[in-house]
Amino acid sequence: MNNQDNLSRRRFLQLTATGLGSIYLLSQCSQPFSKWRFFTNAEARLMDAIADQIIPPDEWPGGRESGVTNFIDKQLAGPYVRYQEEYRKGLLAIQNSCETRFRKKFEELKWDEQTAFLELMEAGKMKEASWKDEFDKTFFALIRDHSMQGYYGSPRHGGNKNNVSYRMLQLDYPLIIGQNRYKS
Amino acid sequence: MENRKVNAVIVGAGAGGGVVAKELSVAGMSVVLFEQGDWISYDDHTNDELLSQRTTVLGNSCGPDDKRYRRVNVHPDGSSHIVLPSEGDYNNNAACVGSGTVTYGALAWRFMKEDFRMKSVYGHVAGSTIEDWPISYEDLEPFYEKAEWELGVAGEDDKNPFAPPRKRPQPMPPFTHNKEASLLKDAAHRLGLHPFSIPMLRNSVPYNGRPACYRMRTCIGFACPVNAKSGTHNTVIPVALQTGNCELRTQCIVSEIIVNELGAITGVTYFDKDKRKKTQLADIVILSAAAIETARLLLNSKSKFFPKGIGNENDWVGRNLQGHDYPQAFGLFKDEIYDDFGPGSSIAVCDFNHHNPGIIGGGYLKNAFIRLPYGISKVRPPGEKLWGKEHKQFQRMNFKRIAEVHGPYQQIPNFEQRIEVDPAVKDFWGIPVARLSGKTHEEDIKGCKFMAEKAEMWLKEAGAVLTWSSLGISNGVNAGQHQAGTCRMGNDPKTSVTDKWGRVHSTPNLFVADGSLHVTNGGFNPALTIMALGFRIGEYIATEWNKGNRFK
Ligand SMILES: Cc1cc2nc3c(=O)[nH]c(=O)nc-3n(C[C@H](O)[C@H](O)[C@H](O)COP(=O)(O)OP(=O)(O)OC[C@H]3O[C@@H](n4cnc5c(N)ncnc54)[C@H](O)[C@@H]3O)c2cc1C
Repeated sequence: MNNQDNLSRRRFLQLTATGLGSIYLLSQCSQPFSKWRFFTNAEARLMDAIADQIIPPDEWPGGRESGVTNFIDKQLAGPYVRYQEEYRKGLLAIQNSCETRFRKKFEELKWDEQTAFLELMEAGKMKEASWKDEFDKTFFALIRDHSMQGYYGSPRHGGNKNNVSYRMLQLDYPLIIGQNRYKS
Repeated sequence: MENRKVNAVIVGAGAGGGVVAKELSVAGMSVVLFEQGDWISYDDHTNDELLSQRTTVLGNSCGPDDKRYRRVNVHPDGSSHIVLPSEGDYNNNAACVGSGTVTYGALAWRFMKEDFRMKSVYGHVAGSTIEDWPISYEDLEPFYEKAEWELGVAGEDDKNPFAPPRKRPQPMPPFTHNKEASLLKDAAHRLGLHPFSIPMLRNSVPYNGRPACYRMRTCIGFACPVNAKSGTHNTVIPVALQTGNCELRTQCIVSEIIVNELGAITGVTYFDKDKRKKTQLADIVILSAAAIETARLLLNSKSKFFPKGIGNENDWVGRNLQGHDYPQAFGLFKDEIYDDFGPGSSIAVCDFNHHNPGIIGGGYLKNAFIRLPYGISKVRPPGEKLWGKEHKQFQRMNFKRIAEVHGPYQQIPNFEQRIEVDPAVKDFWGIPVARLSGKTHEEDIKGCKFMAEKAEMWLKEAGAVLTWSSLGISNGVNAGQHQAGTCRMGNDPKTSVTDKWGRVHSTPNLFVADGSLHVTNGGFNPALTIMALGFRIGEYIATEWNKGNRFK
């Protein structure tokens, strides 16, 4: 049995354990009351800013207004429970890097500064130690993918509020089943 | 309470198992049909892109679930990790009554003559286990016909000059094309190709008491709200149940094949829905759990008679795992080509299935099923932004201007792409899980490049102003929904697991009837071939049984 196997097994135990209420283990008890299932209020503010960068508001609402943060929060307390640790670590690393570079929080940066920051993450060019082993790249890819799911997926999961993306793409919604297809 | 002994136990109510259940119970045999999943219908998940059987990021709508199931995936570099059913590396099909046939695209292909004779046609390939099937297309032809008529297929094989010979046409007229497919049809003619309407296990007109398809956007990956798709769950399984001879036991997972003190197979052990371990005795056991789970079950059934697992005397169980590579191309059009007339995939060409210069095998090409919003958010030409303002604009501008052409490339089988059982990781019931390793053969790259180029050429001719493509080869185990090959049929027990009737060589009363049997996997989606094999094996068992053969 090699080390990889052992690692895998550890991950399995972790998966099994996180299935059973690890949300409580991981959330920070000292934080003030949060209306979120997983995020702290501060994390949610950061998430909103990132969501708008990934899907910016234009003639149509952006990631924040469409509920991307709510979508991800909901999934992290459900099927995405396995990504909790990555989010906690990644969001903290973003704020720490912003602090060292700008003495500001990410959401306080100018729009273009935010974009440039995320582009560095995407390209795997973050220098701080917390981003080692390409964590910048993988974490950005994860948030990006989850944001797209929140914006373009079914509203049933907490994002795509008011069917915003379906309306933007000119798709009928709720999906009409049948009636519009039968010739009378 | 003790379970009454029955004539036959079938493990898995999917494509193969559902058909066998019907054949045996109609012939008067008593049958217990086990299914680990539930009986699922449209209402359980409706049209949710993120929780379907195609895009599974939030889970599989038709099972298995992430809570109780695990597999181990070994990467080519030797590292391994535990995977969940909702993750691609799990190589899932489905787990419910009907399995993948509830949510499939319903493409209803017959393999071509060459697909049964790959070694004779292409010769030996270094590093490959390429081989001829022990049966020919002619042997299977009557059973393809049975599958087409009993389940229901629409098509126009007479328009496909490469289609293998048939005695009867498909029972329903072909599907008409939407805007995108019409453009591609004309382009194919201009290129000298031979386009035709894809055969579908889906009603183009009312058939067998089920209505015609009404062309929804969401089809592949979703159960049909009106049962216009023909799966085993709404055709052969209900027929089996109506005979009164077949009992369907859902949410029951079979854990082992029982071998008695004389070395004979006497039934199976399973866990019921409350996780109670139980026994079901039977004269005959038939495994239809799909290529990965059938192999796992054989390998998990160790005894002093079968120390390496049943049927595994020569180390062939779990070997030759195959799926399909999916070379694909996208085309961007100037005008909108999307008219929301679903499900989308309807035009194909078989010009590239065989006899391509320098290529072993090949595959057919077709237009893809309708891409949904999240799916399209990941489709961008090389160099395009993957997020931000431009990405959103591209999505809005081009959602209705993108077409996709792709097809399943017939993998060259190799001994090292395989299933084992993991020495340590267990599932919820304590059963050792499947361990997947290996990857596709090097030859595949050449074939996929060839097909991707043809796909791009087709899109360009149809008017695409920009095209781009990918090989669709995964860097690791590639089996997934089209998994096959792990219990190869053959005449020589040293190089195969079952005989040409699906009977495991070393045991008289144990059969396999699912994709595991495929020697090679064709350049086509496999379901109709699996069903045809099910009819052939089912008919064989029932006929022998009624002649008094007890398979002892
Ligand atoms: C979204 C999607 C689209 C597809 N589109 C097409 C298409 O267009 N055309 C095509 O030809 N094919 C298509 N397929 C693939 C097709 O569904 C499969 O090829 C086919 O179902 C495989 O048949 P099988 O009998 O080998 O296994 P399955 O049909 O998978 O049946 C196996 C069954 O066994 C059950 N089982 C496994 N282990 C156990 C156990 N230990 N105890 C009890 N039960 C068990 C499983 O839950 C499952 O229900 C598609 C599949 C999916 C998911």
